[in-house]
Amino acid sequence: MEPRPHISVQNLSLWYGSHQVLKDISLDIPDKRITAIIGPSGCGKTTLLKSFNRLIDLQDEVRVSGQILVDGEDIYAPGVDVMALRKKMGLLSQRPQVLPMSIYDNVAYGPRLHGTRDKKKLDEIVEHYLREASLWKEVKDRLHAPGTRLSIGQQQRLCLARGLAVEPEVILGDEPTSALDPVSAVRIEKKFLELKSQYTIVFVTHILRQAKRIADYVVFVYYGQLIEHGPAEEVLNNPKDPKTQAYISGQFIEDEEEAEEA
Amino acid sequence: MTRGRRLEELFFKGLMIAATAVVLGALVLILATICWKGLPALSWSMVSQTPKGGSMLGAEGGILNAIIGSLLLGLCATGVALLLSLPLVFYLNIYLRKRSRFALLVRFLLDVLWGIPSIVYGAFAFTVMVVWHVPASFLAGTLTIALLVVPIMARSMDEVLRMIPFELGEASYTLGSTRLETAMKVVFRQALPGILAAVLTAFGRGIGDAAAVLFTAGFTDSLPYSILKPVATLPLAIFFQLGTPFPEVQARGYASALVLTILLLAISAGSRLLTGRFTKHVIR
Repeated sequence: MEPRPHISVQNLSLWYGSHQVLKDISLDIPDKRITAIIGPSGCGKTTLLKSFNRLIDLQDEVRVSGQILVDGEDIYAPGVDVMALRKKMGLLSQRPQVLPMSIYDNVAYGPRLHGTRDKKKLDEIVEHYLREASLWKEVKDRLHAPGTRLSIGQQQRLCLARGLAVEPEVILGDEPTSALDPVSAVRIEKKFLELKSQYTIVFVTHILRQAKRIADYVVFVYYGQLIEHGPAEEVLNNPKDPKTQAYISGQFIEDEEEAEEA
Repeated sequence: MTRGRRLEELFFKGLMIAATAVVLGALVLILATICWKGLPALSWSMVSQTPKGGSMLGAEGGILNAIIGSLLLGLCATGVALLLSLPLVFYLNIYLRKRSRFALLVRFLLDVLWGIPSIVYGAFAFTVMVVWHVPASFLAGTLTIALLVVPIMARSMDEVLRMIPFELGEASYTLGSTRLETAMKVVFRQALPGILAAVLTAFGRGIGDAAAVLFTAGFTDSLPYSILKPVATLPLAIFFQLGTPFPEVQARGYASALVLTILLLAISAGSRLLTGRFTKHVIR
C-alpha cells in the first residue's frame, strides 16, 4: 500500500537572485519512510531539503514559486508560522553544529524555547532523547561539560538528540554522515532505520551505497531538475532515465564518490 | 631547496623579526621612560590625595581626583557605548541580509568615524554644549567619550560577529528559534570573548584620551560629586603637569602616566582572567 504523502512538492522552482536552482519540481515524500535525495554536488539537493523547513529564507534574494504542502498546508503561504514549521522539521547538517553550551543545554535548548521551564521535566527530556540518540551512556557523567568536547561522531548524535527533543515529525539530513568516520556513520544509518517507525526521514547523500542500504524511496536530482523518483529498488536497480542510469553506473561522479567513501 | 629560495626565506623571516623588534622596542622604550622619570615622583600620597591648592606650581597633593574621575568616566562612557554598539551590531549581523547595502553603508560610516581625531569629537561636543548651554561636566565628558569609542567598539564587535559560522545560526533556527533568541542565546555566547575584547579596547581608548575631554569634562581639583560638574581625568592631569615649567611637577606628570598605564594593564589583565570563565563553551 502506498503510504500517504507527508510532504508534497508541487511545481517548485527556486531562484537565488537570477540563478535558477530548482526547476519545476513535483514530488511526494511518503510518511514514515526514509527518502534519499541523490545527485551530483551543487545541483540543488541541499536547497531542496532546506526549502522544506524554509531555512532557505536565511539566504539573500531567494525567490520561490510553486507550493510545498506539509500535512496538506502550504508552507510558503503568507502568515505561516515559520518557527512552528521548523520545530516540526529537525535538521541534521553536514557537519555537526553544536551550540556553544553544555551537552545538557544543547538538548534542552529547543524545549526551553518552546516553553518547557520545569527542571525535572527538562532532565527527563534530556535523558530520554540522549538515550534515543544512543549517546546517554557516553555522556551521562558529564552532562555539563561543553558539547564541543565530544568527538565529531558524538557531536552528530548530540545534534540528533537536540533535534528530536523538540518533537519533530520529519527529520531532514543534509549529508548527515559525510563528516563522520565509518563507525559513526553506520551508527547514524542504523538510528535512521530505528527512527523511521516514528518519523518521516528525508536525507541528502551522494553516497549511493548509503541510499541503497537505508532508503525506501530515492529522488534523483540533476542540475535543479527532478529526473526520477520512486521506490529505492526501482530507481537504483532499474533506472528508467538515461541520466539516472549514467549517474548510478558512476559515469559523472566517480571521483567524487571515491573521495566520499575514502 | 635551492639557494635562492633559502635566501628568500631567510630574508623575509629577518624582516618579520625586525618589524616585531621595532614595535616591541618602542613599547619598552615608552614604558622605560615613564618608569625612569616617573618612579622617583610616585608616592602613596600622590595616589591617595586630591591636589591641594597650587599643586601645579609644585605644592603638596596627589592625583586621586583624576584617578577616580578617569575610572568613573571611562566606565560610564564604555557602558553608554556598549548600550549603543551591541544592538547596532546585532541588527547588522542578525537582522539584515548578508549583502545588505545599508549594512555596508553603516560599516563605512563607522570606519570613517573611527578615523576622526578625538579633538574633533571634543570640538563637536563643545559646539553642542554651547548651543544648549551645558557646562563642562562629567555628563558631557562621558557622552563625548562614548561617541568617540562607539565606532571602535561597534566595528570590533562587528568583525567578531561576522566570523561566526552561518551554520551555527542555522542550527538554532532549525529548532524553531526566533532571530532574537538566536542572537541572545547562541550568537552572543559564541561571540562573548570577542565582545569583551572589543569593550576592553574601547575602554582603553576612552580612558586614555585627553583631547575629547579637554573642553567637555573640564578639570577640577575635587573628586567627582555631580554629573553636572566638571571632572578631572588622568590624561589631562598628565598634560597640565607636563606643561608646567617646574621639573618636580613634570616628574609628577610621568608618575601620573605610570599610574594610568598600570591601571590599564590591571584592568586588561583582570578582564582577560574573567573572560576565561565565560569561554568554556565557545566553539573553536
